[in-house]
Amino acid sequence: MKNIKYFGMGVFLLALAIFTSLAFVGNFELTERGMRAQLNEQELTNLEKPLMEEMVGKPYRTSFTFSRDFIAVFNRINEDLKAKEEWDKVMWSPVSGIALKLAQSSANGIVASHKMLFFLLTFGLGILGSLIYIISDLKIKGPPGIKNDGIYHDSATNRGWIGILTAVWLISFYVILYFHPYIIANLISITDPIKGLFIEGEKASKWFLYGLLYTTSMTVMGARMIIKYRHNRYQIVRTITVVLFQIIFAFLLVEILPMFGLPGKDLKSAWPLDYYFLFDWNVQDLMSSGNFGKFVFVWGIVLSIIIVPTMVYFYGKRWYCSWVCGCGGLAETLGDPYRQLSNKKMWTWKLERWMIHAVLVFAVIMTVFTGYHTYNVFVHPEMDSKEILFGISAFDIRSWYGFLIGSIFAGVIGTGFYPILGSRSWCRFGCPLAAYMGIVQRFKSRFRITTNGGQCISCGNCSTYCEQGIDVRAYAQKGQNIVRSSCVGCGVCSAVCPRGVLKLENGPEANRFGNEGPIVLGNNGFELND
Amino acid sequence: MEHVVIIGNGISGVTAARHIRKLSDQKITIISAESKYFFSRTALMYVFMGHMKFEHIQPYEAYFWKKNRLDLVQDFVEKIDVNQKKVYLAGQAPIAYSKLIIATGSKPNKFGWPGQDLDGVQGLYSKQDLELIEENAKNAKTAVLIGGGLIGVELAEMLITRGIKVIFLVRENKFWGGVLPAQEAALIGRHIEKHHVDLRYQEELEEIIGDENGRVKEIRTKKGEIIPCEIVGLTAGVSPNINMVAASDVETARGIMVNEFLETSVPDVYAIGDCAQFHTSINGRKNIEQVWYTGRIMGETVAQTICGNRLAYNPGPWFNSAKFFDIEYQTYGWVFAQLKEGEEEFYWEHEKGEIAMHLVWDKNTHEFKGINSFGIRLRHDLFDKWLNEKASIQTVMSLLKSANFDPEFYKLYEKEIITQFNTVTSFEISLKPRLWWQKLMTS
Repeated sequence: MKNIKYFGMGVFLLALAIFTSLAFVGNFELTERGMRAQLNEQELTNLEKPLMEEMVGKPYRTSFTFSRDFIAVFNRINEDLKAKEEWDKVMWSPVSGIALKLAQSSANGIVASHKMLFFLLTFGLGILGSLIYIISDLKIKGPPGIKNDGIYHDSATNRGWIGILTAVWLISFYVILYFHPYIIANLISITDPIKGLFIEGEKASKWFLYGLLYTTSMTVMGARMIIKYRHNRYQIVRTITVVLFQIIFAFLLVEILPMFGLPGKDLKSAWPLDYYFLFDWNVQDLMSSGNFGKFVFVWGIVLSIIIVPTMVYFYGKRWYCSWVCGCGGLAETLGDPYRQLSNKKMWTWKLERWMIHAVLVFAVIMTVFTGYHTYNVFVHPEMDSKEILFGISAFDIRSWYGFLIGSIFAGVIGTGFYPILGSRSWCRFGCPLAAYMGIVQRFKSRFRITTNGGQCISCGNCSTYCEQGIDVRAYAQKGQNIVRSSCVGCGVCSAVCPRGVLKLENGPEANRFGNEGPIVLGNNGFELND
Repeated sequence: MEHVVIIGNGISGVTAARHIRKLSDQKITIISAESKYFFSRTALMYVFMGHMKFEHIQPYEAYFWKKNRLDLVQDFVEKIDVNQKKVYLAGQAPIAYSKLIIATGSKPNKFGWPGQDLDGVQGLYSKQDLELIEENAKNAKTAVLIGGGLIGVELAEMLITRGIKVIFLVRENKFWGGVLPAQEAALIGRHIEKHHVDLRYQEELEEIIGDENGRVKEIRTKKGEIIPCEIVGLTAGVSPNINMVAASDVETARGIMVNEFLETSVPDVYAIGDCAQFHTSINGRKNIEQVWYTGRIMGETVAQTICGNRLAYNPGPWFNSAKFFDIEYQTYGWVFAQLKEGEEEFYWEHEKGEIAMHLVWDKNTHEFKGINSFGIRLRHDLFDKWLNEKASIQTVMSLLKSANFDPEFYKLYEKEIITQFNTVTSFEISLKPRLWWQKLMTS
């Protein structure tokens, strides 16, 4: 059985190696036709001559070298135009996106001609290998029960070299995906055949690759989560739900809606996590999509302002964070092996409260600015500088927010640092929606984790396996209930408790905090606590 | 200024220290040879199994002790001079006290077996035992455990995770037979065997045999069987650790003798936790209680006395819990291994044999006496209330749904339990729907 497990790991690593190496293979050659097809009129006017002289017909070994040359040409011309102050000619579209388009259309090597094959060799083999690895644990790890043996002896889950290597890979992937996507032109193009299933002949974008990878990882690692916690129905139900929300709402519907000419929106994404809700392009997109678009707009408002707080009142923020949300879903599945790495020290709690609420304030300010701009676009189309409020440009604020919070925090740090910081650093320190729900959960909610009288033995399993870094034990050993804004209700503290001390439950707000006195249940010498 | 010195930084000593600090401004010093900081003794096994690191089983961060002005001294107490009110340490100058709390816990039992001090022979109690087992496990293939109780199961579970074959010798014909009734003992026994532990009943250790280097190489049982092994785990219970008071005037028997106020025979010297022995049984309990929870309750109590509010040890209804591999166990009230005169009982076991419930009540008054629960979590608050109020077995059974503490979505067995209960007893209980438990607390 162990050999089967290692075999699975081998297959997975092979798939990962092929996937990674795709960035370094191929053949890229810009043709005149390709250039004309991909560039818009303005770009063509500016770049046609230098590209014809320097790039067309020249073969490149990787999309990186190809793009490096293109970007150099692009920047040179643009700088030139800026220096001459020919502002109407300056190109404002991000160069990395143009480089990616060109690289994809210029690919003519083995990958470009065998996309499906490489899809199977990467995604296919990867899924197969992981499943073999995961399912063999059914036998190897023995009867159902808590399976945390060796977590702190394993270099993958204890910040050892495997963990660090994993983090380096993930961080590199995110940096490339967000800022230099042309490097992975091949990786994106192998998902073309899948994109084609939705819209024939359509090429996959980098977000399609990301969405597919994300959904696949969550599903496969969701299977792992279910096997690991197969004795615990809360974990099973929760994991199935969160994975289904990802597959149906975040992936399938986003691809299927456009097939009917409707905007491909993730209907479960609530502001302020969905920070571009009031961006002009989003509102315009929705408003120009008929009744469905208008419905999505109204739904977005109702979801954020009414449904989210109401549900938090009744069930705590767990209904979203660990049952619905994609970020949370990835943390609970792909991130589960790393949940113990979150820091439980008091100083991180202090840092967390400053940071997450600062991001919430930032998100609100950014939304006010972009909302003001969008309002003007619709109501005062004749107005100049529609984006300027208090002398500050809404575009500046939103691009800073997008870069710092949307990309760096949520992606690079939030997921890239899983093997170093634990699985929920975005949810704990950065997510403005989590901050918003957290305030409701802390002050007006029926949810709490009940401590079972005096049964706690201070062992520390609950705190150690809390992905949100809550020192659960600090409450449990005093007989207090756990009422914390950051709790996402994953239920693992309750699962790993060896004495049956913790239970997630919703109930009347009275006595929500549990034992208020210093004396724990079981001591009849006191009546102080009443 | 008053100076409270506490020997021992386990749950008893640390609870006492915390509560004295809540109640007063006295100088407090905690002395321990074992570790600088308080850790959860019951969690040592998780460190070995890699569930946690040692730092994770320390409930308080380093700043806590400074902030609460609890001075920590890591040193070994050699003797106590109760006349001069001084504690003598192995490595540092003596410490003078105005009040002394002895909370030195236990040590593993050794019954004078030949070879019990060989290398590779150990118990599992202290931080040092944990370090030792790390060493001993390195090249071990087989371990023999002596004595079937909670620590034995823990040790078995630990060693199994390192791929070491575990042979478990149990003197009785059932597992933990002194505490568990036969049905539960059988259930746990089966579960332990399911985890590939070689459980051998009615087997006793005769002799531990070493090699030329003084390391254990095999053991011989009373029946004469030789079992080669590299580790021998001595888990036949623990007894009070009271060496440091041996030469003093403090009265001792098996433990340090105390009255209900946890006062020893010497003024201003108190003993709490595992090391204390009561002159007379308190609330029908054993004279020596070696449980986490009783240590905590004694700590809470003695703090009052130290701070001027002389308070008797008065524990509420008995409760305890444990985990045997994957099976959680909780108990409230008393379910004795042998049914007592005038008691009646009901036992339910799930068909797969890993979930069970055992209830005991008074035959005449129907007063609920106690419950053992395996694989079903129960609410401590409700059972504490019912036991305090001497509720009837009918009350308990009819409210079983509200007393369930299992996580949401778990399969519930109350219906099945009540149906069987009504069949095998003369009661006709109708199960009440699940109520918010706090409503039951005030009714």
